[in-house]
Amino acid sequence: MKDKTDILIIGGGVTGCFAARELSRYDLDITLVEKEPSLCTGTTKANTALIHAGFNADPDKLKGRLNMRGNQLYHERIQHELDVPIEWLGALVVAKEEEKLPKLEELLEKGQENGVPDLEIVKGDDIYDLEPHLADDAIAALHAPTAGIVNPFELTVALANNAAMNGADVYLEAGVEDIEDKGETKLVKTAKGDIEANIVINAAGLYADKIANMVGIDKFEITPRRGEYYLYDKQADIDVQTTVFPVPTKVSKGIVVTPTDEGNVLIGPNAEVIESVENKSTTREGLDEVLNGAQKTIPELSKRNVIKEFAGLRPAITETGDFLIEASDEVPGFINVAGIQSPGLASAPAIAEKVVGIVKEEIGGLREDPDFDPNYEGPPKFRHMSHEEQAKLVEEDKNYGQIICRCESVTKGEILEAIREPVGARTVNDIKRRVRPGSGRCQGGFCEPKVVNILSEELGIPEDEVVLESKESKLLRERTKEPLLNEEEVSDNE
Amino acid sequence: MNKQEYELVVVGGGPAGLAAAQEAYDQGVRDILILERDFELGGILQQCIHNGFGLHYFGEELTGPEYAQQFMENVRERGVDIKLDTMVLEVTPEKDVYAINSDDGMLYIDAEAVILAMGCRERTREAIDIPGTRPAGVYSAGTAQRYVNMEQWIPGEKVVILGSGDIGLIMARRMHLEGAEVEAVLEIMPFSGGLVRNIVQCLDDFDIPLRMQQTVTEIHGKDRLEAVTVAEVDDNMQPIPGTEYKIECDTLLLSVGLIPENELSKDAGVKMHDVTGGPIVNEGRETNIEGIFACGNVLHVHDLVDWVTEESLVAGKTAANYLQGGIDKREQEIEVNPGENVGYIVPQKITNDVEDRKLVDLYMRCKKPMEHVTINLYSGDKKLLDKNERRVEPGEMITFPVPEQMISDDMDSLKVDIVKEGE
Repeated sequence: MKDKTDILIIGGGVTGCFAARELSRYDLDITLVEKEPSLCTGTTKANTALIHAGFNADPDKLKGRLNMRGNQLYHERIQHELDVPIEWLGALVVAKEEEKLPKLEELLEKGQENGVPDLEIVKGDDIYDLEPHLADDAIAALHAPTAGIVNPFELTVALANNAAMNGADVYLEAGVEDIEDKGETKLVKTAKGDIEANIVINAAGLYADKIANMVGIDKFEITPRRGEYYLYDKQADIDVQTTVFPVPTKVSKGIVVTPTDEGNVLIGPNAEVIESVENKSTTREGLDEVLNGAQKTIPELSKRNVIKEFAGLRPAITETGDFLIEASDEVPGFINVAGIQSPGLASAPAIAEKVVGIVKEEIGGLREDPDFDPNYEGPPKFRHMSHEEQAKLVEEDKNYGQIICRCESVTKGEILEAIREPVGARTVNDIKRRVRPGSGRCQGGFCEPKVVNILSEELGIPEDEVVLESKESKLLRERTKEPLLNEEEVSDNE
Repeated sequence: MNKQEYELVVVGGGPAGLAAAQEAYDQGVRDILILERDFELGGILQQCIHNGFGLHYFGEELTGPEYAQQFMENVRERGVDIKLDTMVLEVTPEKDVYAINSDDGMLYIDAEAVILAMGCRERTREAIDIPGTRPAGVYSAGTAQRYVNMEQWIPGEKVVILGSGDIGLIMARRMHLEGAEVEAVLEIMPFSGGLVRNIVQCLDDFDIPLRMQQTVTEIHGKDRLEAVTVAEVDDNMQPIPGTEYKIECDTLLLSVGLIPENELSKDAGVKMHDVTGGPIVNEGRETNIEGIFACGNVLHVHDLVDWVTEESLVAGKTAANYLQGGIDKREQEIEVNPGENVGYIVPQKITNDVEDRKLVDLYMRCKKPMEHVTINLYSGDKKLLDKNERRVEPGEMITFPVPEQMISDDMDSLKVDIVKEGE
């Protein structure tokens, strides 16, 4: 690991990677450290994957302003620059009772104040034109056509790789153990070695308060809020066109039903304040709450064709209920980007833009790097190609003729590409997030041993060193017993 | 794109595909291609290194690879074309087959008939909705079997097995023999879905406890599995509060059911049966699409590979007849319907008029175990045939041969039920 950097970003989630990528536009030395063996293992790993339109958050909050701006940046720039699936399906907030109508009006006004374009309240048949399989007792819905969905894994990986292509260094398994404030600089002690940074950006998500504590900042506390989800098989035949919300209550936006970028249906989350930032456990009660809630808007949902249950944690600062994005008054050169709960993913480009502004102020001006290339292209997606395109791809590289994951039609070529990228995949789950083997209905039953083989071969490590997710999550224990006789001994005996 | 033409394309080179190809050849079809996704033929039998295969078909006990070897040699001797490491991507209703491998690239095969023999996959932890964390150490039993028998890796040391299906039972013994501690096999039902002989030979012989009406209600552990919470369940399979207990373990193997793998079939427009999860077929194993046949575990999950072979010979023969000038249809289709205590029957209908046929075998599963039963065959209210069985188990497939002469043109449906003897 290098020992000096201009800017050190702590945290390889969407917030940290977005900041790294936006800062790599400038003539700066950027370093990002992540404690896990892969990017995207915290809040970014398990959420609803929505680019909210921006009608939910208060205009006087950072959340309200940044959500709207983030959505705009996805439309204007990100979707063109990064090879990441984004679809503008629109969102519907569905009211089934008369008494919910004022709330719908309130959302409309809030959205308009935030600058959300094309919002309207639809009624009667117009609702069902937008969402034919909605529960039949809907009376009105707020329609937000600028809402979208994004693949948060691919987005984060694209950002990190694009940052790396533009000179940033990304270190995995480099958890921050301590930070020494040396005045002009900060000495950041990581599991991979010490590094001296002029500016530290704390994008540590669920651990942001602990990182801030290391330099003596204790002005905020992260409270993990858990949300649980069900994901359905692509072939489940559940017809959902848009992202469907119920009318929100004071505590929650309610259970969402939404398609994913790959054509699955995702339902969730509930919201439960929990104690441990490590507790990503799903629960019977939570999952039942999710299904019951989802059935209120899309009644045909059941447990049939569910292929995954998961839980995600949102790092909330409950005191303010808002994002905290600021240079510390107490510790110069230390920037907190904390409390990035929903709509964090939607706001991410705007959060990064704000962070760049803060850095600019701290340093007193930034010089653009003329060589910055905003474009990134990920591994090809065999599954989305026509047979003609597939034929061409395998002609160019034989590895694309070998299907590793049968459920998602993922080729060996894509997996190799994911491993060989600048910030390459190192774990089974990382490969799954990037190129999807194991994301389908068999959940890796057939392809996991093959992915383990490929990782072992490419990384030059024995198969029992290959991990599922964290450093300790090894999949295999030891070799089976040796045969009593080897082949030579058998022939000798004969 | 590499364009080819074949009379018959067989999708899958496991026991079903091999037997079907062999029989089609023996009936005179010469232009046959088997497409297999793995690096060798034989399918899942290659990882089933235990014995117990072939008692019915060969009259001797073979291991999985030995059983497969017989058919692999047969198709090779006959000169059937085989492509390994080849994944079929699409079968169209017109019987165009798109497949890919590293050597040929994309293959576009214009086939006159297609036999679907893709087998099945395992139900997952996610499909049965067990809450908890998502650590390493939770495997389907078949995946663990692949690791142990094919890759030579033991996935864990302290094992709990959920589900007493055959693979679960076999893996209990296998893990035990490799030195792992098998804490228990749990079964949510009051009876096992596995073969009786497997319970005796894989659990009883090694003092591995089988706990009935218990299930895993929570998975614990951050990085690697640390423990599972187990609870007793009531007759509706719901956990009984207060009965929970924890078993420390680093490995959970799931043997909670097999699902016919029909994504290709569905995309081809083949109609599926709700209960079997496989195509709806006639007695020749032909689907609703003329010239597309299905056999083996892609059609319904079998208990013994011997029955897969028998069924696939039927499919191979009918495919040959189809290619050689067609199949005579009966004047009236006869539906075959399950009655009391019958889960399903394959075939779902009898439609063909076959000259030299003596018997039509009905394959079925009972819904619950019963002793001293009578299996009755009815046409409308009229009883045609019955046979007594000492015991029936949902884990063991029942074969019920119906003599051809009993099937007449004025029938429109057959029904089978299983009742207590004398009722």
